[in-house]
Amino acid sequence: MSATAAPIEPSGAVDAGSASTLRREVWRELRHSRSFLIGMTIVLVWTVCAVAGYHIGPYTPFEQNLNAVNTAPSGSHWFGTDQVGRDVFSRVIAGARSVMLVAFAATLLGTILGTVLGLITGYLRGWVDESLSRLIDALLALPVVVTAVLVVAALGPSSITVALCIGVIFAPLIARTVRTAVIQERELDYITAARLRDERGSYIMFSELLPNVMPPIMVEFTVRLGYAIFTVASLSFLGLGIQLPTPDWGLDISQNISVVSAGYWWEVLFAAAAIASLVIGINLVADAIEKAME
Amino acid sequence: MIVFLAGQKLPGDPGRAILGPLAQESGVRQLDHKLGVDRPLLTQYDAWVTNLLHGDLGTSYEYNRPIAPMIRTALANSLKLALVAFLMCVPLSILAGVVAALSYGNWPDRTISVIGLSALGLPEFVSGVFLILIFGIWLNVLPLDATPPPGAGPGTQVYHLIMPAIPITLVLFGYIMRMARAGTIAVLDADYTRTAVLKGLPRRTVILRHVLPNALLPTITVVATQVGYMVGGLVLVEYLFHYQGIGALTYNAATNKDFPMLEAAVLVIGIIYLVCTLVADIAYTLLNPRLRLAAD
Amino acid sequence: MSSPQPRPDALVVDHLDIAYTVRGNLRSAVRDVSFRITPGQAYGLVGESGCGKSTIALALVNYLPRNGAVTGGSVEIDGTDVRSLRDESHRRRRARTVSMVYQDASRSLNPSMRIGRQVAEVFTVAGADRRQAAERAEQALARVRISDPAGVMRRYPHQLSGGMQQRVVIAMALAAEPALLILDEPTTGLDATVEAEVLDLVAALRQEISTALLFISHNLGVVARMCDRVGVLYAGELVEQGPAREVFTAPRHPYTVGLLRCIPRRDHLKGHGVLDTIPGFLPAPDADVTGCEFADRCALAEDRCRTDPPPMYPVGDGRGSRCHLHERAHELPRSTPPQARRAPEAVAATPLLQATGISKTFRSSGADVHALTNVDIEIRAGETLGLVGESGSGKTTLARVLLGIVEADAGAEVALDGQPLADKTHDRSREQIKAVQIVFQNPDSALNRRHTVRRLVGRALSKLSGLRGSTRDQRLLELTRSVRLADRYLDLRPGQLSGGLKQRVAIARAFAGAPRLVVCDEPTSALDVSVQAAVLNLLAELQGKEQVAYLFISHDLGVIRYLSDRICVLYLGRVLELGSAEAVFSAPHHPYTEALLSAVPTVDGSTNERIKLDGEIPSPANPPSGCVFHTRCPRKVGEICETDEPPLVEQEPGHAIRCHIPLAELRTMQKPERPAPAAIEPVA
Repeated sequence: MSATAAPIEPSGAVDAGSASTLRREVWRELRHSRSFLIGMTIVLVWTVCAVAGYHIGPYTPFEQNLNAVNTAPSGSHWFGTDQVGRDVFSRVIAGARSVMLVAFAATLLGTILGTVLGLITGYLRGWVDESLSRLIDALLALPVVVTAVLVVAALGPSSITVALCIGVIFAPLIARTVRTAVIQERELDYITAARLRDERGSYIMFSELLPNVMPPIMVEFTVRLGYAIFTVASLSFLGLGIQLPTPDWGLDISQNISVVSAGYWWEVLFAAAAIASLVIGINLVADAIEKAME
Repeated sequence: MIVFLAGQKLPGDPGRAILGPLAQESGVRQLDHKLGVDRPLLTQYDAWVTNLLHGDLGTSYEYNRPIAPMIRTALANSLKLALVAFLMCVPLSILAGVVAALSYGNWPDRTISVIGLSALGLPEFVSGVFLILIFGIWLNVLPLDATPPPGAGPGTQVYHLIMPAIPITLVLFGYIMRMARAGTIAVLDADYTRTAVLKGLPRRTVILRHVLPNALLPTITVVATQVGYMVGGLVLVEYLFHYQGIGALTYNAATNKDFPMLEAAVLVIGIIYLVCTLVADIAYTLLNPRLRLAAD
Repeated sequence: MSSPQPRPDALVVDHLDIAYTVRGNLRSAVRDVSFRITPGQAYGLVGESGCGKSTIALALVNYLPRNGAVTGGSVEIDGTDVRSLRDESHRRRRARTVSMVYQDASRSLNPSMRIGRQVAEVFTVAGADRRQAAERAEQALARVRISDPAGVMRRYPHQLSGGMQQRVVIAMALAAEPALLILDEPTTGLDATVEAEVLDLVAALRQEISTALLFISHNLGVVARMCDRVGVLYAGELVEQGPAREVFTAPRHPYTVGLLRCIPRRDHLKGHGVLDTIPGFLPAPDADVTGCEFADRCALAEDRCRTDPPPMYPVGDGRGSRCHLHERAHELPRSTPPQARRAPEAVAATPLLQATGISKTFRSSGADVHALTNVDIEIRAGETLGLVGESGSGKTTLARVLLGIVEADAGAEVALDGQPLADKTHDRSREQIKAVQIVFQNPDSALNRRHTVRRLVGRALSKLSGLRGSTRDQRLLELTRSVRLADRYLDLRPGQLSGGLKQRVAIARAFAGAPRLVVCDEPTSALDVSVQAAVLNLLAELQGKEQVAYLFISHDLGVIRYLSDRICVLYLGRVLELGSAEAVFSAPHHPYTEALLSAVPTVDGSTNERIKLDGEIPSPANPPSGCVFHTRCPRKVGEICETDEPPLVEQEPGHAIRCHIPLAELRTMQKPERPAPAAIEPVA
């Protein structure tokens, strides 16, 4: 963004000590950002649910009460019960675990793979870059959900498959961002200076370049995390992720969507709201981090 | 020219990259001599490509019927849905992005930004569930089934497609609006916008002539790449609303291990994506004088 | 304007205060600035980065950044308060009242509109129909001396050179004949000869129209050349103002005095002594200064300077100085001892580095670009070879070839101490790698912003000198102290240091391996004048101590002159002149060198006769036939210049010129004794 009409800071010769580091600056910005605080609160609440959700609900998520199937929300069942009489509230609380775990693992895998790929393609250029970029293009020619459907259908549905699959699909997307940042960065003179000292490629990539491309990687990580939750939930909904009877938002929705027309709305509404709130929460955090890094 | 651009854009060999591994899978599973899947992978692939070039997509394992007509129907259905979604989404999201940028930091911007961020966070099946509950069940104003009764006119068809189209629209809205907003803000801050303002041009002219053409150029590319994304959304929406489109077809083929069908569907999706990016590249080149003149 | 009464002042700035809101806090950027410009007058605002000069310009056109606001005072342009012009309904009046030209012209033009349409807009908005507007646009372009206005109108901005783009912007700005034209660093970033052309154009246009000019620049020479009156800004305050010539010859504020002393004059050489500098730093933007803003850096400062803010004292003749001690300003003691440096020891006769037959051809979108053509140079131990040239001259490419970053075409030979140097850094021996190092132009780019000073220098020490552990730490301290970097900076990152300190870190790094040759690629052009002087002093001092040779690249002839023993003038990848600094700077010299020297605006306003160059610098992708300079040469002798490339001939001992004109003839053409004026062109 051009700095002309954008907010600027009056500059002065910066004396030592009067300026704070980037990290502190970003942190101060974040603490004053409303969207960061709201987003972070949502994410933290769901993290607590993911860790302890099986134990803090009023019932266990598996407990079936065939005398109370499809009951509307009430004092004893805040979110009502489902077709087999399980407490929806307890299942929503416990359902945070599978989706968050899988999404986090997938994003972490994708980020690490993508960062390494991006550093190599961006720094080495040439045929390495050329062939890897082609591969990335090929992977991007299909929508993530379609690719995931194919892979999971071929390998069979399971959480691990979903995490691996999303991680591997994310890797080239993240690599692309990292590569762009690296290509800009490698034009800077400190890289030339390193080459004039005859530094090894690995030193230049991991000690010189990596710390400088961390900010976009961090932004990318949070953005991708939101998107991973989105995708994991979607795949569960399609029945391609975690299997019954594990409590899972997407899976519960697809199990109960058929009875919605009979008026049992609570069996899907709360799980849907849970997914929406978690993704929006992460998006708020990502948005705030992106703004603060500018 | 087009051939050249296609060569640039085609990622190696999409058929080999994407379909190869699946063809092998089918060979292991089906072991069907008549289908020829036990032949070496390359031969199989070769035969498939040869048939493909003759317009023959093969025969579905599941339905035991030629694939091409089924794909054609599904594609037509999906295109209808996509068209409705696109027509609802693109003008609205670009307009919203521009309005947000022009009121940067004020309430319209903040409102639109929060809506965009929330829209981005709603997986299609989640917003679909909300819509079904609100409009289909509580208010009972929109049909739950996306497939219109046979012989329905275009009006009825669109009426049935509104609800399934909204979830796709929402996610696309988030992306396109943010892109349009960011592009517009950057150009509003550009020196040449200041030049235009200081010339004494009316604000309308500054925005319509100087800001928007430059600001929305990158958005074109985003819109096109989102088409690819949209197909992913179709899988979920068509599943949720029981609509016989290419997404539902792909999903069914995958879960039923109907590999010829899956290959054909995936191929079609890949081609759609490539065509869209190609169109976007050409449009971008034509609209950008720097690239247009360099190509001369 | 046909009003009968006398025209009001073009600009009246009265006690103007401007502040920015940074994270909820109001930070003052401009304080109590007052000045006026009479109709048709040219007023210069000078100051270093962060002094608030661009902020003032933006306030004048109601275009402050979102977080900036005028917090006090008023601005009247042509008798109208600018705040009343902010309204949409007044936009047309505003356009006739004030317009502005800013730095990078390429960014001032809409990239997706043809030039003709952009210029014509100015007329359609004033009510002309399409045809009229197009005609008048063509006239406007002709007025800024564009030779093919109709052709230029059909082009897009990116198809024009920087100088041409700036002409178009000036044409648009003057189209409505506004009462005031603001030029904010209009020539910064342009090559010296192109800059001179644009300045000539503005000066000529002033004769034709009645527009008043506000000329904003960090370059004192440019302001001295263009302006009747000048105001000097420091830390958001106007510290001195008055007629340009008097302010620059007899300054009445210690800051102006110091600033002028920092500039290397053309007759000031490194052997003569140290440049004066201004110690210390600008006050931090949020600093609470009670007295004079400059007191902390002023050697004259007394107690009252630290407690009472000085008012603008009238010092006669329409001059003012914001200094309690304005009468003694010229007594400001030097901040550096003036002692003459030891004359450099006789440089060895054997060359340290010898490069012969260096050519470099880049392939760019299918065309061959000849960045360098058969360049031979040698650098002797302990000397400075100054490399002068405009964009496209190949000076950076030459440096990169020597460093082993860019591979020259086949047939090139580079030798260090008679030993051949491999094409690539990686293939050189460790001794050779550490012997040739570089100081880059922009320290922000040259230093990894995530590493501390200790790590930046320490890594170079272990890699180049092979030092480890406590010996390395010991050497690190010696090294950083030798570049005058206080120990407390060692654990800071570059972002926490000022530009001058960062450049010291970069210098320390280059010296980590006890180099024999350091390439200095415009090492001071990103720095303010006062900082530049200190860095030049440091480089000269290190050279005296370490007997290191410099290949010093700069477009600033004053700086080159100060530091160089010999000078090489490059144009389109060819050496046009090579000789001792003395010989190159005094006539006779190559016609290109002559034009280059005359293009430099001087601070004392002495108008040396300008040698004007025609046209643009040709593209290295398509260099002219014969002598590459013939397309612009004012002394072209005839057809031979277009057909035959003259050889580089040693015309007198140690002085070679590539020109068909014999030396004797050049001598009579070029007046031998030019009164050596102070060359200033401090910062790019």
